[in-house]
Amino acid sequence: MTILLTMLPIALIYATPIIIAALGGLFSERSGVVNIALEGIMMVGGFAAAAVTVVLEPSPMAGCWGILAGVAAGLLFSSLHAFACVHLKADQVVSGTALNILAGGITVYLCQIFFDQQRTNAFATGIAKLSVPGLARLPVLGALLFRDVYPTTYAALLLVALTWFVVARTPFGLRLRACGEHPQAAASMGIDVVRMRYAGVLISGALAGLAGGTMVLTQDIQYSLTSVHGTGFIALACLIFGKWKPAGVLGAGLFFGLSQATSIYAKDIPLLQAVPQDFFYMLPYVLTVAALVVFSGRSVGPRAAGEAYDPGKR
Amino acid sequence: MARRGSAILLPAAAILAGFALGALVLVATGKGPLAMFQAMLQSVTGINSQAGTFNPRYIGEFIVQAMPIMLTGLSVGFAFRTGLFNIGAEGQLMAGSIAATAVALWVKAPPGAHVALALLAAMAAGGLWGAVPGWLKARFNVHEVVVTIMMNYIALFLNNWAVVALFQSADRIKTAPFPASAMLKSPALSALTHGSRLNWGFGPVLLSLVVYWFIIEKTAFGYSLRAVGFNKDGAEYAGMKVKRNIVLSMVIAGAFAGLAGAVITVGTFSFGRALPAAEGYGFDGIAVALVGANAAIGIFLSGLLFGMLKAAQTLMQTQGIPKEIASIIQASIVLFIAMKYGITHVIRKLGPSRPGEER
Repeated sequence: MTILLTMLPIALIYATPIIIAALGGLFSERSGVVNIALEGIMMVGGFAAAAVTVVLEPSPMAGCWGILAGVAAGLLFSSLHAFACVHLKADQVVSGTALNILAGGITVYLCQIFFDQQRTNAFATGIAKLSVPGLARLPVLGALLFRDVYPTTYAALLLVALTWFVVARTPFGLRLRACGEHPQAAASMGIDVVRMRYAGVLISGALAGLAGGTMVLTQDIQYSLTSVHGTGFIALACLIFGKWKPAGVLGAGLFFGLSQATSIYAKDIPLLQAVPQDFFYMLPYVLTVAALVVFSGRSVGPRAAGEAYDPGKR
Repeated sequence: MARRGSAILLPAAAILAGFALGALVLVATGKGPLAMFQAMLQSVTGINSQAGTFNPRYIGEFIVQAMPIMLTGLSVGFAFRTGLFNIGAEGQLMAGSIAATAVALWVKAPPGAHVALALLAAMAAGGLWGAVPGWLKARFNVHEVVVTIMMNYIALFLNNWAVVALFQSADRIKTAPFPASAMLKSPALSALTHGSRLNWGFGPVLLSLVVYWFIIEKTAFGYSLRAVGFNKDGAEYAGMKVKRNIVLSMVIAGAFAGLAGAVITVGTFSFGRALPAAEGYGFDGIAVALVGANAAIGIFLSGLLFGMLKAAQTLMQTQGIPKEIASIIQASIVLFIAMKYGITHVIRKLGPSRPGEER
């Protein structure tokens, strides 16, 4: 039980960037653009956040500006994907691959230019943890949810609710989903498919940038090439495992976060001692392949995701 | 004829644009692009144009860099020909690497046979790793892109687990060194290139290029694979076994990547390695296949190009140029090729419109 109590806050810290990036993927894929560049966008966001934080520290607002820089950098970087896929009808997977390669190159290149090394300098605090007055003293729940929690975790929960509302309950969300299901039909109803897809990809860029910044500022001491280490692809897995729905993303994200936290604490848990750490790392990926098989045959994901929009096609 | 023309023209334009952009980035950040081109020249020819010296070790290392990415390029290209996007070359490579390590450490065989066994085992393991997404695609219509991405990470962690648990690595990073009988290493080749890591790996690589060309261009099987790639439903209607072809295509693609794993593990290195992250050979393969237009000769040439970029990285770094410029150039080239539809559209709009031409 005590192990569980120390483990769950760690799981929340791991889950936060996974959930935020997966929500980003949701906006992009719902608009009909597959975004396997989440990983690369997270790297760019993480680099920008770390670099700005390092430069502005010891100002108490350094982490805040860092996060904002991450969002802006993610947005800017994803506009490349949007331009290639929506405007130039590039293959979305090839474009995403190019962005992933580019992210590793450009972030470390800039580290060498600005900091004369392969990574950014180390920041002192990054984002500070906070405790909610009053609620933090609640018996079990206080320790889990309200004591020493990163504000970004609350942001992630808020974003889940917001995403649900926007996608499921607003005209914008309806149009976005229509472009991901049947863009030609959406166009026939007067929806500007190109604009909606741009919006979807750019929102995904902003969120993935936020996720990258969050990850580096809460789980690392600096940005380096391995700071994001595949979390963008776990977010992609989370999106699929969560059936492209905000609530599903939340559940899958928490579960994947827990599986990563478990890998650290497994040596202290009698039943799990025998399981090698690498198997916990593997779990999200294995489960996602299994989930894809289970979902197959049913229409779960956006139908037109991955296809360039061709107005002449019926 | 027009198709063949654009198959050369488009990658050439993308390569030029990629290098131009790279030079621009260097200038914008206060670095001289000339040093980058000198580093690339030196990595291919061994000639240091500034000092006027010649060191063949650079040529050897250049070939060492080009070998595995030609194989992952063949892997991605082969799947492309059947209309499949194999992002999983990285994972298939690691599966091959695990198998090669197992054979090298556990099997006792005479010199020639031992290394051949290691290569074959690596191909089988890579093929098996490719068969999973192929079968899931054929049987359940699950998209191969997502499955292969997931399989990459499964392979990475399986590899790291195997190095420690199966191969009993003492320091948890490297396995025990392989016996000489299991390796592609050649003291003669190394001495010829002034102590580089050059090894017999180029033999299987060249053979693979020929086999690829033969299967795709000269056999009925290759023809039916390409037919599935062009039009799945049409191929099905014509009586081709589409599902079987999808699985087989991924198995063969996986075998090429698995062989790359062996060439790295028992050729470039002489022990199995635990890895903190994927090394990017799979992504390199995507770039190689795209630039090479999925043809054997094209993959050979673009493998040399990207091998040069990789080999020049250390030289660039010593001359004060951040070596990541190579990844920036590589990514730009891939992005430009991805934009081909838009770019050709723009070129057509700008160019003189010929009468009777379809837009």
